[in-house]
Amino acid sequence: MTAQLQFRNLTLGYERHPAVHHLDGVVTRGALTAVVGPNGAGKSTLFKGIVGILKPIGGSVDLCGLAPRDIAYLPQVADVDRTFPINVYDMVSMGLWKCTGLFGGIGRRERDRIHEAIAAVGLTGFENRSIGTLSGGQMQRVLFARLLLQDAHLIVLDEPFNAIDARTANDLLDLVQRWHAERRTVLAALHDLEMVKAHFPDALLLAREPVAWGATGDVLTAENLLKARHMCEAFDDEAHECAA
Amino acid sequence: MTNPYDFLVSPFIEFEFMRRGLVGTLALALGTGPVGVILMLRRMSLMGDAMAHSILPGAAVGFLFSGLNIFAMTVGGLVAGFAVAVLAGVVARTTELKEDASLAAFFLISLALGVTIVSMGGTNVDLLHFLFGSVLALDDQILLLIAGITSISLAVLALAWRPLMLECVDPAFLRSVSRAGAPAHMAFLALVVMNLVGGFHALGTLLAVGLMMVPAVVARFWARDVTAMIGVAVATAVLSGYCGLLASFHAGLPAGPAVILTAGGFYFVSLLFGPVGGLLRPLFRRSRHLEA
Repeated sequence: MTAQLQFRNLTLGYERHPAVHHLDGVVTRGALTAVVGPNGAGKSTLFKGIVGILKPIGGSVDLCGLAPRDIAYLPQVADVDRTFPINVYDMVSMGLWKCTGLFGGIGRRERDRIHEAIAAVGLTGFENRSIGTLSGGQMQRVLFARLLLQDAHLIVLDEPFNAIDARTANDLLDLVQRWHAERRTVLAALHDLEMVKAHFPDALLLAREPVAWGATGDVLTAENLLKARHMCEAFDDEAHECAA
Repeated sequence: MTNPYDFLVSPFIEFEFMRRGLVGTLALALGTGPVGVILMLRRMSLMGDAMAHSILPGAAVGFLFSGLNIFAMTVGGLVAGFAVAVLAGVVARTTELKEDASLAAFFLISLALGVTIVSMGGTNVDLLHFLFGSVLALDDQILLLIAGITSISLAVLALAWRPLMLECVDPAFLRSVSRAGAPAHMAFLALVVMNLVGGFHALGTLLAVGLMMVPAVVARFWARDVTAMIGVAVATAVLSGYCGLLASFHAGLPAGPAVILTAGGFYFVSLLFGPVGGLLRPLFRRSRHLEA
């Protein structure tokens, strides 16, 4: 079991207030882990720390040799300008950045891969549609097709199934399973506990502090969930400096 | 009724200054068209305006030291434009001020400073030349300068196209796959400044941005993809140059404003009748919607 990600006493936060507090642990290569917890538990913050958008205020994240471009990250609210005149095909083709870079051309092989990715998310026929005309679920499918092409070792999905209907969520979940079968490491922040229990072997229950981390069945117990729910969401302006 | 040839073509055959004006606006249009479209897509339309004004003090200092010397004014304008772009960016990143607010402060200071410097060293005629340019007095040096700037612009745009587009659509994704975003952005700002300095010689500091932004805004009403938009923008700018020069010739209008007013005319037509979101478009639409 080789490690793909290692957290060492990791504390992440905003203006000295911790949002993820003293997290220790290892994500093994090829693991499929759900990150669960109430709103404000630090799930997104943890992901930003992993992909390097947020610098730790204590401890460290060890990527175990991964380069930033080996990580694919789907933010909770994608920062996409939906009014920009670009079609589905071009949008998905961006996922090939790792092989085309700044100047590389897109040849027949690449075109085939783009069409395959679009087909894999069920959007065949939408290639020339401008992204401004897509529904929320279709846009999420586009972003998943782009993730497919990124061919990343570590895939980080921040609430990928929010505001998405059951059928789309199931289709996209199949892709997550495919990545898992391909031995890629996947972390996904989720709220649907039934989905987590059914499809995710590992879970991390977070409530600023890590409440439990391990096999999903051991983590999502009534007792642990209650503990997570009692977490205090607000920052305390009068908080003392953390001694740990 | 005059013969259309006499009306439409002869002025350019008989008068060299008309030919030079036409060549100058044509060369400018090829560079400012794509730059303007990208500025618009990045929601930086007014940024072009601000940058245009910020060129003035630099060009004015060049003028103060060596008169109406094109190289001194060009170098001065470039330096001032870059300085304001970089300073505004630094202030936006290090303080609470947003980029548009810090740019607003800098360009107003620049404009006032520029007008003061020109007035100290020259006459009101010089000041008018600075503010509104002289598209009918383009000499070889200026034409070469504009053509050079346009050539560089097209080459740089071709090289930085991918990161530039990606930064418009999905900046967070670009940051996650490449570090090219920031250098591409800086190169693009440099192009904006260069094209404005080129436009400054022909149209002056107040109107230089006109040939950049008005055709770009026109293009938005006619095309749905970026390549077509750039085509429409360049065509609009070229046509504006041609029609504006003719109007100025026949009606005795000041040439620079006539060019921009023509572009403005295209804008109003597009605003009303443009196939992509024109205001009167719903009147012409077939009334029945599709089945699926």
